[in-house]
Amino acid sequence: MTLADYANFSNYAVASATVVLALAWLAYLAEWGFARQVKPSTKFVTSDGSGVDSADQHLPELPERSQAAGRIGTSLTALSWGILLAGVIARGLAAERVPWGNMYEFACAAILVALTAYLVLVKVWAIDWVGPVVTGFGVIVLGASLLVYVPAGPLVPALDSYWLVIHVAAAMIAGSGFLVGAAASAFYLVKARAEANTPEAERTGYIWRLPPAAAMDRLAYRVHAFSFPIWTFAALIAGPIWAQYAWGRYWGWDPKEVWAFITWVIYAGYLHARVTAGWKGKAAAIIALIGFATFIFNFVGVNLYVPGLHSYAK
Amino acid sequence: MMGSASSRSASSLNNREFLRWFWRQLTSMRTALMLLLLLALAAVPGSLFPQRSVDAQKVANYFLAHPTSAPILDNIGLFAVYSSPWFSAIYLLVMVSLVGCIIPRVGVYARALRARPPKAPKNFSRMSASASFETEESVSAVLAAGRQAIGRARIDLGDGELRAEKGYLREAGNLVFHICLLVVLVGVASGMLWGYRGGAIVTEGSGFSNSLTQYDEFSSGALFDASDLPPFSLALENFTAKFQLKGPQRGAPRLFEATGTYVEQPGAKEKPFSIEVNHPLEIDGTSIFLVGQGYAPVIKVTDADGNVAFSGAVPFLPSDATYTSTGVVKVPDAQPEQLGFQGFFLPTAVSVGDKAPVSAFPAAANPLLGLFAYHGDLGLDEGVPQSVYVLDKDKLTQFQTDDAKALRLSLSPGQTADLPDGSTLEFVRLSQFTKLQFSSTPMIQVPLWGISLGVLGLMMSLAIKPRRTWIRARQEGSRTLVEVAALDRVSRDDLPTELGDLVERLQSALARQKDDA
Repeated sequence: MTLADYANFSNYAVASATVVLALAWLAYLAEWGFARQVKPSTKFVTSDGSGVDSADQHLPELPERSQAAGRIGTSLTALSWGILLAGVIARGLAAERVPWGNMYEFACAAILVALTAYLVLVKVWAIDWVGPVVTGFGVIVLGASLLVYVPAGPLVPALDSYWLVIHVAAAMIAGSGFLVGAAASAFYLVKARAEANTPEAERTGYIWRLPPAAAMDRLAYRVHAFSFPIWTFAALIAGPIWAQYAWGRYWGWDPKEVWAFITWVIYAGYLHARVTAGWKGKAAAIIALIGFATFIFNFVGVNLYVPGLHSYAK
Repeated sequence: MMGSASSRSASSLNNREFLRWFWRQLTSMRTALMLLLLLALAAVPGSLFPQRSVDAQKVANYFLAHPTSAPILDNIGLFAVYSSPWFSAIYLLVMVSLVGCIIPRVGVYARALRARPPKAPKNFSRMSASASFETEESVSAVLAAGRQAIGRARIDLGDGELRAEKGYLREAGNLVFHICLLVVLVGVASGMLWGYRGGAIVTEGSGFSNSLTQYDEFSSGALFDASDLPPFSLALENFTAKFQLKGPQRGAPRLFEATGTYVEQPGAKEKPFSIEVNHPLEIDGTSIFLVGQGYAPVIKVTDADGNVAFSGAVPFLPSDATYTSTGVVKVPDAQPEQLGFQGFFLPTAVSVGDKAPVSAFPAAANPLLGLFAYHGDLGLDEGVPQSVYVLDKDKLTQFQTDDAKALRLSLSPGQTADLPDGSTLEFVRLSQFTKLQFSSTPMIQVPLWGISLGVLGLMMSLAIKPRRTWIRARQEGSRTLVEVAALDRVSRDDLPTELGDLVERLQSALARQKDDA
């Protein structure tokens, strides 16, 4: 295949992966919809909310249709992952370098990493309940990435460095954890509110099929605790080393650096909030969501609207 | 979690108590958290307003565009956020809070390291994870097997119970991380105090020697001494710029490379160098980076008297991706009047119809120099420093054509234009310039090693599980009742599972002991 063939194949693959991921998202939504009439369960999880696995045994039976829709959702997500993987690899072959040298490529590769993280965690911790958020987010990012599409090609000299591989890969891995963490924190806020306000007898619907709020909070903490050191490495070690080589200073308050710092500080705040009386729980979850919002703003807002040295969007 | 809010009101306390109360407030986790969030918030404006330290030109443009609001914004430091008093105040408070948190915690940790695991609680069934079983083995056999089953931990035996504690490194990692943040700050500060940074434009065929007068712009830390500048010099022989010729990315830069020779000090051996983007040159603690490039037409001006009044390469600063460049030529030595030229340079000039030519490509395929010419007083003798890129036209008169239009010179390399007063301007040939940045950041390794070690500590503090485990054995008739309980100091959901695993290990260790006996 020629470079142009690879580039074409990549475009088709990314488009197909987006469509399949959208179907996965619809399937997850159907899982919710079909489960609206789930009866309440009297012997729900123990008060300390121990464990996703042990909680499963007490869960109310879901209608057949709902379970099937959930399984289809996860299968379609895995299929979308495979197609996207092929698309991202083909993009790399077409450009003859790592496939994350501009905003479009970063979006595709980052969603690939996020889906990888999601599917691995579905296997390990059965976190398919965050599926609707992760797939919905993936569809939006992949769809929006077409707005910043650029044909495959070589890099400008400033980006042509092996630190591109390290720095950006670390940022993508950390971002995947932040995405799962934000999804878990959002679900936690909804679930904790429902647990506080809903009498036992009225607990019908899909939300009561989900793990208890305490387990959601713990998942959020775990993925954040995984991502935060990686983000520290990406933003405060790899980034500055590369900046020193490329621009002659390791830190210069370029808008991208400012927002990477803001994200770091806010997630540091999250980790502190989780051990501070009066802040653990709801307030910590809100801080985590703000942290993710700054991460996304750094990717979208700073790339497109704030001029700076990291202007590689197009 | 450090101290907590005092319920007493501050007014009822005397000074010393007030200070204690204030210190406790400042170093509390709640305050640290608020300060962190405040720090994040305070960093935002620096990304929305142009910053002097990043791009002074943009700040100047902002002043031109917003003449009324800019001075107000300037007064509250919005164009220098990261050195403003309010930003500094916040991060200094963060640091004070950090120090105030670390010091007592180091003491607490030192005591915890010497302490023995605590005694078992009376009632295991109240613990979040507990189990019990009966065995025929003796109490001492059970406790010996327990030691095996628990593995690496600090273990005490006594009163028919085993007390184990592990995960001490979690707090060690936590302290290392926070101390490293201070190390990073010290490293960054010393780099700023003793370091220097400067920029200079060097054209092909010319050189640069490292002294203050050679810099176009220069900034240095408070403790930097200009006599410390390493005495190297370099000569730029060739600058290569390559651009994408075909395809959708046509015109995108592909390679910038500056080559030449340098000497570390006057009289030293000449060595060749090559500087590329991402590949700086290192001489004696100073790093030299390629940060910009452009065209420098070599211009020769002969005045009306027939004397060569100016000859040299004049850098024209690029203003867009196709290197449409603007520049100024000042000829103070021209007689009878000083001459000045202002105009543009296009590397690949393309004209469509009657419109003014534009640059179609960044490489020099069809170079064109377009200049307006002025005569009079350049204003160089008034003692006011002037930019070499700006022509002060206050006392200059523009040359005009016979039909009273502004005279416009349009030249390709090798061409000469005649001016009405009898002087001539020749575009001798085209050369290129490169903008080099020279910077020295002493102790740059300190922040790097600080943050690297810090991340290791951070990972330890997030991954290591501090856990207390108790095994109690009691003779009940001919059998021994074994009770096991565990407590996580940081709540996790795998505790019940892991306690089950521990009980299994304990039972198989007992079975092994029995087989061996």
